[in-house]
Amino acid sequence: MRRALALLALAAVPTAVLAVFFVLPVGGMVQHGLWPDGRFDPGAVWRVLAESRTRRVLWFTVWISAVATVVAVALGVPAAFVTHRLRFPGRGLVRAALLVPFVLPTVVVGVAVEQLLGESGPLGFLGLDGTAGAILVGLVFFNLAVVIRTVGVAWEALDRRPAEAAAALGASPPRVLLTVTLPALRPAIVSAASVVFLFCATGFGVVLTLGGLRYSSVETEIYLLTTGGVTGFPELSAAAALSLVQLVAVVALLVVAGRLRATPDPTVRRVPATPARPRPRDVPVLALTAVVLAALAAPIACLVVSSLRHDGHWTLAYYRALQGRGDDVGAGVSGGLGGGLLRVPITEAVTNSLAIGLVATGTALVLGLLVAVVVTRRSHGRLERRLRGLFDGLFMVPLGVSAVTLGFGFLITLDRPPLDLRGSPLLVPIAQALVALPMVVRILVPVLAGIDDRQRQAAASLGAGPWRTALTVEAPVLWRPLLAAAGFAFAVSLGEFGATSFLVRPEAPTLPVVIYRLIGSPGALNYGAAMAASVVLAATATVVVLVIERLRVPGVGAL
Amino acid sequence: MTLELSGVSVDVGATDRTRAVDGVDLRLDDGRVLAVLGPSGCGKSTLLRAIAGLEPLAAGTIGWDGADLRAVPTHRRGFALMFQDGQLFDHLTVARNIAYPLRLRGDGRRRARATADDLLDLVGLQGYADRLPRTLSGGERQRVALARALAASPRLLLLDEPLSALDAGLRTRLAADLRRIITEAGTTALLVTHDHDEAFAVADRLAVMREGRVVQEGPTEEVWAAPVDVPTARFLGCTRVLTGPAARLLAGGDDGRVAVRPGALTAVPEGSDVADLAATVLVATASPDGARLVVAVEGIGELDAVARPGWSAAPGDRVGIVVAHTSLARLPEA
Repeated sequence: MRRALALLALAAVPTAVLAVFFVLPVGGMVQHGLWPDGRFDPGAVWRVLAESRTRRVLWFTVWISAVATVVAVALGVPAAFVTHRLRFPGRGLVRAALLVPFVLPTVVVGVAVEQLLGESGPLGFLGLDGTAGAILVGLVFFNLAVVIRTVGVAWEALDRRPAEAAAALGASPPRVLLTVTLPALRPAIVSAASVVFLFCATGFGVVLTLGGLRYSSVETEIYLLTTGGVTGFPELSAAAALSLVQLVAVVALLVVAGRLRATPDPTVRRVPATPARPRPRDVPVLALTAVVLAALAAPIACLVVSSLRHDGHWTLAYYRALQGRGDDVGAGVSGGLGGGLLRVPITEAVTNSLAIGLVATGTALVLGLLVAVVVTRRSHGRLERRLRGLFDGLFMVPLGVSAVTLGFGFLITLDRPPLDLRGSPLLVPIAQALVALPMVVRILVPVLAGIDDRQRQAAASLGAGPWRTALTVEAPVLWRPLLAAAGFAFAVSLGEFGATSFLVRPEAPTLPVVIYRLIGSPGALNYGAAMAASVVLAATATVVVLVIERLRVPGVGAL
Repeated sequence: MTLELSGVSVDVGATDRTRAVDGVDLRLDDGRVLAVLGPSGCGKSTLLRAIAGLEPLAAGTIGWDGADLRAVPTHRRGFALMFQDGQLFDHLTVARNIAYPLRLRGDGRRRARATADDLLDLVGLQGYADRLPRTLSGGERQRVALARALAASPRLLLLDEPLSALDAGLRTRLAADLRRIITEAGTTALLVTHDHDEAFAVADRLAVMREGRVVQEGPTEEVWAAPVDVPTARFLGCTRVLTGPAARLLAGGDDGRVAVRPGALTAVPEGSDVADLAATVLVATASPDGARLVVAVEGIGELDAVARPGWSAAPGDRVGIVVAHTSLARLPEA
């Protein structure tokens, strides 16, 4: 009984936070969609869906996400093999480099791909600028790391012996791959594919910066409808209706993916195999990985170059411009940087981003740790196991619910007493923490679940109390994944744009918001400063990744 | 149809390579069963993996009928390897596990299934065809793994501690089955194990391995009766080693060292006319099949002995000792 109460108390905090800052805002959106004028009118949703623009948006979202997912899996699985099963010099560096795009803010990804594919970019001759192809490139660029990491971590922990058994029975290497290795990796591949599909379908920054008004996904459409970007007037009911559709689709996708991923036996058998030296038959996958690496490096390189070039020569002017508001630079920009929309120097936006990131990371870690502890305690009885499964699933939903929906929901529900948080500086970090929370939970749960319960029992039988047990058994295993999770949460927070763009206060903008405003303003200095700010943001995120990579535990850390 | 190893050395470890197998020469003729016996960590499993083509050689050659196997990848060697824990494919049923090598060979679904059923009969698991591996007990899994290995019709069957994951009773029964199945199938087999009883029950030749080297090789009975040195004797179940006069007194005959297994000496009541020697009991421990004694034998010293069930002696009692000469092992002069 005391145990149950203690668990309930532990579960109460994250549940309350989720209820207030997730269920309430999202519920508000749903209400807005189904009760447009205070009357229950599900027909309003239908009318929005019947519009040809909406149908085009839905269709575009589905096909571009599906194609991006297929491409990301096709490129990511071989790269996962190379980076997690082969041994070669500089492997750690390659692995970290492949992870960088994922922690890059999506706005930066958009800008970087634009630099590469734009008319004046090195690949401008392909004519992809402003097409759906550019968006596809951006989505794959951003999501490849998800596949590499999720599949790689599973592959790394994959026992080598079943494959050897198959080879000893006469199976050729392709045969072994097809009949033994891929079936064993199926859960990880399905998992990665569903997450990538979710990220693509709810991807915001990439589509917004590369697609503009012409190509809109559900997520950007919600944003454009809310801000009046489509017709010039805010259309909140239509936005809410689209959010509702998205919510239903995402939950359905999560359920289906959960079913597909389920294996008859979930026991974790972690036998990290020692990576092998590459053999001649590994040459094709090695070459493919090199191409992938180059393809990922190209946009970033373009970004760095354009942040350093002005009128055909090298300059640091754009970086210097970051310190001021632009009016003192005298580069012919009237009204300062961002067309006068920016009220603070960009360096201050950097400070804002870092401060908000720290608060968001702390919040996500505390909540994530509580959820992970509650989810992984040994269940007594069916009901408890069911409840726990539900609890676990509940905290996965923010993964798929669009950040824009969340931000917009905050706006329309947390604006009146007793919860009038308009203008509260805490709103942004809380929203970011919720966006990062599923990832933190996904990193911590397998680690805690992998601890043999008998270790705890042994400690308890030797006289250690619950805290002491946690300190001796859990803490030594947990601290590295916890730090890695902190790194991820921080990176997510740094780059978060969807929810933040709604909630941010004009006097305290974050870096991605500033970048988006700069891109939208005319003038070379604005554009150059956007590039420079993107480089700063990318560099910060990269440092975070390098730290994560150093802290990672083999076999743990998939999404 | 001969496997020939000459000067085989294998290094293991990802970063600091250590020599696990060091200059091993072995020869295995058609239809024979060879057991490589050694303590854990002696390199025997690595040797087996090298023969299967799963570990690259640092030196030496592995040949089959005179052809060097260096460039032949695992799946073309035709050596089926049965792992210590079976390594069944968890996502396939028992029948599909066994049919796996048959399907690789190009057998049709129906034909493979029929062969799989025959093999299930051979290993005594009729009716298990549609079970999933995770639902089987350890012994059943090993039987399925054996059936799967045999299904590949291997030129050579490699067995890596096939029974050591099982409990003692099951091990004894399966060892006998294993011997029967291998002989019935007429397969050449190489078995590695740390259990001398298992090796004795299954193999007709023994190779004893220690610290990466083969220290003795020969027919099972020969190795059993004449270990090459003291550590080998101890590994083959001998607890005491006697030299000089003590050895002569116990075993008779010429000079040399004698290694004694615990069952070699039986205690009988004092004055019994079957007794070879006289002794005093030092320690007596009860056990289900008669008491285990430590006795001080006159002219020899401390030795282990057993007492027949239903009779025991207390410390301090004088007893007679009967020597079973077949349980003694002769060692060469040091």
